[in-house]
Amino acid sequence: MTTKIFSADGQALSLPRRRFVQGLAAGGLLTGLGISPLSSRAESGVGPQPQVLRGRSFDLTIGSQQVNFTGHPRPATTINDSIPGPILRWREGERVSLRVTNNLAHDSSIHWHGMILPTHMDGVPGISFDGIRPGETFTYEFDVNQNGTYWYHSHSGFQEQTGMYGAIIIDPKQSDPVSYDRDYVVVLSDWSDEDPSRIYAKLKKMSDYYNFNERTGMDLLRDIRDKGVSRTFSERKMWNTMRMSDRDLSDVTGYTYTYLMNGQTPAGGWAGLFKRGEKIRLRFVNGSAMTFFDVRIPELKMTVVAADGQNIEPVTVDEFRIGVAETYDVVVEPKDDRAYTIFAQTIDRTGHARGTLTPDMSLTAPVPEYDPAPILGHGEMGMGMGMAGMDHGMHSGGKSKPMAMDHSMHGGSGSGIVHVATEYGPHVDMRAENPQLHLDDPGIGLRNNGRRVLSYADLRNLYPTPDVREPGREIKLHLTGNMSRYMWSINGVKFADADPIQLKFGERVRFSFVNDTMMNHPMHLHGMWSDLETGDNKRIPRKHVVIVQPGSKISYLVTADAKGGWAFHCHLLYHMLGMFRKVVVS
Amino acid sequence: MKKRALFALGGFIASTTAALAGGMIDDPLLSFVKVDQFELRDAEGGNSFVWDAQGWVGYDLKKLWIKTEGERVGGETEEAEVQFLYSRSFARYWDVQAGWRRDIRPEPNRDWAVLGVQGLAPYFFEVDAALFVGTDGRTAARLEAEYEFLITQRLILTPDIEFNLYGKDDPLTGVGSGLSDMELGLRLRYEIRREFAPYVGVNWIRKFGGTADFARVVGASTNDVQWVAGLRAWF
Repeated sequence: MTTKIFSADGQALSLPRRRFVQGLAAGGLLTGLGISPLSSRAESGVGPQPQVLRGRSFDLTIGSQQVNFTGHPRPATTINDSIPGPILRWREGERVSLRVTNNLAHDSSIHWHGMILPTHMDGVPGISFDGIRPGETFTYEFDVNQNGTYWYHSHSGFQEQTGMYGAIIIDPKQSDPVSYDRDYVVVLSDWSDEDPSRIYAKLKKMSDYYNFNERTGMDLLRDIRDKGVSRTFSERKMWNTMRMSDRDLSDVTGYTYTYLMNGQTPAGGWAGLFKRGEKIRLRFVNGSAMTFFDVRIPELKMTVVAADGQNIEPVTVDEFRIGVAETYDVVVEPKDDRAYTIFAQTIDRTGHARGTLTPDMSLTAPVPEYDPAPILGHGEMGMGMGMAGMDHGMHSGGKSKPMAMDHSMHGGSGSGIVHVATEYGPHVDMRAENPQLHLDDPGIGLRNNGRRVLSYADLRNLYPTPDVREPGREIKLHLTGNMSRYMWSINGVKFADADPIQLKFGERVRFSFVNDTMMNHPMHLHGMWSDLETGDNKRIPRKHVVIVQPGSKISYLVTADAKGGWAFHCHLLYHMLGMFRKVVVS
Repeated sequence: MKKRALFALGGFIASTTAALAGGMIDDPLLSFVKVDQFELRDAEGGNSFVWDAQGWVGYDLKKLWIKTEGERVGGETEEAEVQFLYSRSFARYWDVQAGWRRDIRPEPNRDWAVLGVQGLAPYFFEVDAALFVGTDGRTAARLEAEYEFLITQRLILTPDIEFNLYGKDDPLTGVGSGLSDMELGLRLRYEIRREFAPYVGVNWIRKFGGTADFARVVGASTNDVQWVAGLRAWF
């Protein structure tokens, strides 16, 4: 069926088919691209692939243009006329120079996500530089002292949501510890036809605006039938008294989002070719504004070889969750001459991004059904229940001590968790009483699903930990918010009211997190590695984004080896305005 | 009066959008208008048209609210009320509100100082409770509560209840002291979009005590069950 559409001449199509083709061709820009993805695929026999720019010197142009992902033309923010922007392929040990010209009517910026570089090259307006004014060109120049898969995106306004992101590949100076025959970048992202500032405003006015998976009367009747009135009542008591929804997985959902893989909608999907027996390295980048994806390739094992650009001891899995702004490199070895679907369902199961690995562009593979939408449990509320089986409401009736969750969740009795005074008030709706480490927990919706799913406990650095010092001190950070008011903060203090976090140059310090919300927060520290404490301090994985699961705790170590001011924030675009800190190393 | 208020809100929306386009404001000035009831009622004495709307302009924790409700029967506005309130959040789900209420109809106008709380009670009951202090020693209280029961994601059944109490008789406006009236509604809406939901329902109005006596004098009903059809919308 796919071939038919690609080889057909668009003119002859009947109206409904043409509409379908619109979805397929989506990802193509209406202007600025001389050649539409439709014709390029028909001509070359290879799916539309992102442009790759190599070398030491690059010209990037930020522009505004029309795109059509949904059947409706909408304005987007692009880099070199494409979404995603071009793949930048650098070489470790070289110095790169990037001239970025802003053709927008607003200020813009590019942040090189995960790159270790001088602070004034980091691209965060207000912290590293003043931003790039309309019509101006800013030249970034820095030494590339690392290798792996990274990405870049705007750090201005909501431009990232409207298309301003792209992948970076850095080839190693030495021989690559990962052997592969070919590699593909797989950029996952979320597109909305709505103006992002409207999305943000809607969330402030009605935080469940995009959630069409709320508990209904039908669920109530089914629960009463299955469990009886009193057990149904007691199981729901906590949620009802807390006035929170156990179905609140994503703030923004497939109701407005179209999920993209390398800029292609699920209707058409991105495709990569392989020859049987080849080792293919897939470089996954989650360039979404708000979306966590659960990625698998049915009937193919994936060997994860790098996390956030850094090599790890290979671990073979069926599936992994990729948080916003994380990257994972996996190697797959298809043994058969057949197509495989790269399936990336969203954490809330309201949509998916899709691609195909195939030896022949005329082949596609079936797209799996979505898994059931996860339901939040006591663990997500920070009540420290066992993790297994929480997903499907298997908490045992009245035994779960809901009184701690009642109107006042004061004090951290027993768990040693202390909530500071600023965490109390109308801006914070929950405080985890008994947060647990969830290192070996792949996360809600992935537990006990019959597949081998990656967890943070699986990440072991391929190389020994470079800085084995014990941390000199601990910085305690509670991720806080009020979901229904849609306010986000750290320790109850939003960025606008917060003092910078001060680090002493050269010190080793522990960042410890407690998530006092029911959302996953992907926390991103600029300029320095986040050495994730997974238990084995000799092989600490180095990350630039660490997911802090709902109601849980986690910590990482930081060597403050980069002087200057750095951004530190939740990478969910609509959380980061409040859940943000400046970090100063001096 | 109402028109002017709506115009003012429109102006705020335009300015807010412009401010947002520029950069990163975590707590932007926003505005919100919600028409809870915009409905025809099939009452005993003929059809009536009823509105109940509120809106705000403001920030996460501080807002200026406008609330208005009223009823028109046979081309005449029989009841109309507007409130201007300053609202401040004091708990996770609760705002305290203070300001001014004017009853425009029935005449003569009555003015009240308002102190109330609005928010979400446990078990997801939306509550609006207010005390009113008027001129000449008049006092009043109002309690409204509403619950949203999702039959499906878009088909929503909403029971709501309202009580009004007054401290003393006001014969000119037909109000008796004590529990004055109760309104119990059940509306079934379908959210075509979140912002736009037509509904049908039934409404039971009961007047009590002195207020019921005044109603009987003018031949109005004191116990009325009405079918309603209307539109709920916000933006």
